[in-house]
Amino acid sequence: MTKIKYLFLFGTISTMTLTSCSSDDENPPLINEEEVITTVIATFTNGSDVITMTSYDEDGDGPVAPNVTVSGSLTAGETYVGTMRFVNQSVTPEEEITDEIHEENDEHQIFFQQNGLGTFTYTDQDENGNPVGLSFSFTASATPVTGNLTITLIHEPDKFGEGVAGGNIANAGGSRDAEVVFPVTIE
Amino acid sequence: MHKLFLVAVPLCWGIVTHAQYKITGNITDDFNNGLQDVHIQLNNSEYYSDVAGDFSIENVPAGSHELIFDLDGYRKFDTIVNVSKDIKLDISLKLQVNYLEEVKIKHSVSNGEKTIAAHSINEKTLEQYSAKSLGDALQEIEGVSALKTGNSIVKPIINGLHSSRVPVIINNTRLEDQEWGSEHAPNIDVNSASNIQVIKGANALQYGGDAVGGIVLINAESAPRKDTLYGKSLLTLNSNGRGGSLSTSLTKGYSTGWFWNTTLSGKFLGDLESPDYVLSNTGNREQNAFFQGGFKNQNNGIWITYSLFNAQIGILRASHIGNLNDLVEAINSHDPDYIADFTYDLHHPKQEVMHHLGQLNAYHKFSEVGKLNFQYAFQFNNRKEFDIRRGKYRNTPALDLDLSTHSANMDFESGKWNFWKFRSGISSVYQVNEPNPLTKVRPLIPDYERFDFGAYAITDFESSPKFKLNIGVRYDFSHVNARKYYLTSRWEERGYDEQFPEFVIEEFDNQVLTNPVYDFHNFSASFGMNFHPRHDYDFYFNASYISRNPNPSELFSDGLHHSIARIELGDLSLEQEKALKFSITAKHESRNFSWDISPYLNYINNFMQLVPGGLEYGNRGAFPVWNYIQSNSLIWGIDTGAGWNYTTHLKHKLTAAYLYGKDLENSIPLIDMPPFNFSNSISYQNEKWYGLEMTLKNQTYLTQKRFPDNNFTANLNINGEMVPTKVDISTPPKGYSLFDFNASADLSPVFGWEKSKFTLGFSVENIFNTSYRDYLNHQRFYADETGRNFIIQLKINY
Repeated sequence: MTKIKYLFLFGTISTMTLTSCSSDDENPPLINEEEVITTVIATFTNGSDVITMTSYDEDGDGPVAPNVTVSGSLTAGETYVGTMRFVNQSVTPEEEITDEIHEENDEHQIFFQQNGLGTFTYTDQDENGNPVGLSFSFTASATPVTGNLTITLIHEPDKFGEGVAGGNIANAGGSRDAEVVFPVTIE
Repeated sequence: MHKLFLVAVPLCWGIVTHAQYKITGNITDDFNNGLQDVHIQLNNSEYYSDVAGDFSIENVPAGSHELIFDLDGYRKFDTIVNVSKDIKLDISLKLQVNYLEEVKIKHSVSNGEKTIAAHSINEKTLEQYSAKSLGDALQEIEGVSALKTGNSIVKPIINGLHSSRVPVIINNTRLEDQEWGSEHAPNIDVNSASNIQVIKGANALQYGGDAVGGIVLINAESAPRKDTLYGKSLLTLNSNGRGGSLSTSLTKGYSTGWFWNTTLSGKFLGDLESPDYVLSNTGNREQNAFFQGGFKNQNNGIWITYSLFNAQIGILRASHIGNLNDLVEAINSHDPDYIADFTYDLHHPKQEVMHHLGQLNAYHKFSEVGKLNFQYAFQFNNRKEFDIRRGKYRNTPALDLDLSTHSANMDFESGKWNFWKFRSGISSVYQVNEPNPLTKVRPLIPDYERFDFGAYAITDFESSPKFKLNIGVRYDFSHVNARKYYLTSRWEERGYDEQFPEFVIEEFDNQVLTNPVYDFHNFSASFGMNFHPRHDYDFYFNASYISRNPNPSELFSDGLHHSIARIELGDLSLEQEKALKFSITAKHESRNFSWDISPYLNYINNFMQLVPGGLEYGNRGAFPVWNYIQSNSLIWGIDTGAGWNYTTHLKHKLTAAYLYGKDLENSIPLIDMPPFNFSNSISYQNEKWYGLEMTLKNQTYLTQKRFPDNNFTANLNINGEMVPTKVDISTPPKGYSLFDFNASADLSPVFGWEKSKFTLGFSVENIFNTSYRDYLNHQRFYADETGRNFIIQLKINY
């Protein structure tokens, strides 16, 4: 008798477990990650001469590599007003990540690494007087040259590290949220 | 006070000339209930009483013999019997009455565990790990190492295997705490355990048929069946981390069979420190509670258990990296990239883990027929992982998973029937995993439901104490129904669009909703044999065939793993891995010298592992891709230990473990295998000096020379130029040797305490403040291990 009682109890609980939780056919909600940087845009303006460099990665951390485009070449010896934009185009409407960087400017810094293309100077400051890099000026080399420009966005860098405020990435630490490489021609 | 008494009724007492006789009898407690598993020693042979308390010893030569009856929690009983005819003895064992010491009632050991050399850690050793974790404590056992992420997330590795291959069984329930992740430590508070056993094999099929590595069995304190109330408080203070833990437990027993016990514990540690720098953001906290209460007597029992594990664990700040450049910088630089002053604060990245376990257990004994056990358990596990995020998601976890598990099982243990005993049971599990969509991060582990059903049968054969045999078979069915979004680009890149078109439910702009469904059927079997030719020798032989399903992380992983800058991809086409393991143990135990040696061989068909395969590029830079693949692999090794008692005061213990792991298909060593390691400890004990105990221990891990070369070359930006750079993620760090010291004394006499016991302990870990890195620590790329640590431990038993 007791044995049957136990069996019954076991049966009841198993059935309860199964029926109470039996498959709900609801699909989980679709998540469009808002923090993904699909697009990095660097704009160089000199009067009416506007050159844009874009790295567009349609699937974020997915397998597809970014598509890098540079709209034209820069002119030797000229000085350009530069701006940086970081956008998430995988969501609608697009997410302007630049605004977040601007709001948290003390936690972000953009670095420009190149060899002989010219000189980058930060023209913006965070609340501590350190550079951010969303705006900058670029003076192109006096002689024609081609090379790679690497633009890196670092989250939580040590902005007080040696040379970091001057654009030296080596002592910045932090984590790289974006790192894109553009082929640049100075004519 | 209470004395043990004996009712020995020699039924027929005469002089017969037969050379050999039989001693039979029954052992009961004060209430005339039969006592099971009483250890009976006659000369050099051992016997156990059965479920009804009966025992039978055959082939006893005529003459006078010493018989010893022993059961934990009861007074040992010793008698001389004069054998000249078959004898029947009725023995009554008295409960041990001792207000100072906790009374342990031995967890009833099934024969399955008698035919394999199980290793256990007792409460005293566990107490030393009060402010640490289960994984730390288990390293006391030869052949058990730890897979770490920093110093607070520690997973046990048994004979080279871990995570889903090493189920943790707590009070008979399998812990369902997202154990698949190598950065998920078991959600267990060591303070609520009174005994931990490790079985290095699958030879306990009642707990599951997929323990490819081994099983960790954790049992809580069991209250004695008598009117008693006792407790224990333990305070541990650590210099490294500038904090400690406090644990209090109370146990109440009634002679009627009712009981309860409860444990509360907390842990609070700030940043740990390596010899040269602060390991920033490595503090951790825990708040745990445990309660068990109910009724148990010889025939019936019903009790409930509730436990809560709640932890907040800081993850080394320097281990959060953005891309491959950061990883290379970390590997090449000596010090971590982020070092701040010591703080108790926890920042991101961190983990917040909570585990609730509720259990209902019951049993009923049908006199000599056997015992029926029933168990239902509900577990709820929540894991939040906080990353360094931007903007409005700054304080939102990047991962937030709810795992709910219902499990029920019932089994029947028969009484002894001639030389045979049977045990069989059925179990069912229903599990739901629900990622919280509010994280706004595509979840690492998708929504899924799992239903398991298992049935097993085990038989024990014991012709004499010299020979025991155990054979078990088990069948498991598992049904997994998942719903997961894939990036369309990933779905196509993996070729899933052609391989699994039936999984697709709906397609969106750049994502595809899929419904992978799996049914797995598994058979497993085990064979164990114990040969005990003399009281001081034991030989074991074990063989098992085990089958394990791919876990959610192996099937579904799909994304960037931040702390190691790699993209990890599961594989929807994985099949079960099947392991054939053989082991032999030889064991010798005598008064002054004991040793054991266990060689083993584990051949694993379709062994699932994560291996590198190419680079992927994105706006963050380059990332290596690691895929789960399957290949036939082999692990063999030898675990050994020896102990010498030089004098009654001075002891020496040695343990060592060697392991060889190879991927047979690719002919390369297996990754993350523990290197050869050994430990030596010398201890001095003197009861007269306030029970002083001092131990000096050395633990040495040699450099792992056998590792797969997963290094790769990536174009990295160095001073504005893209330079092909070798990324060395494979080379293990150098071996290391650490010294620890531990001393404790019972200071109650100093205070004149009689009813309570006060123990003071003092320890030093890493005495020489050695800087080292551990191959089995995921954070070895970023920082050294912890430096010297002074520990003071105060324990009061009352």
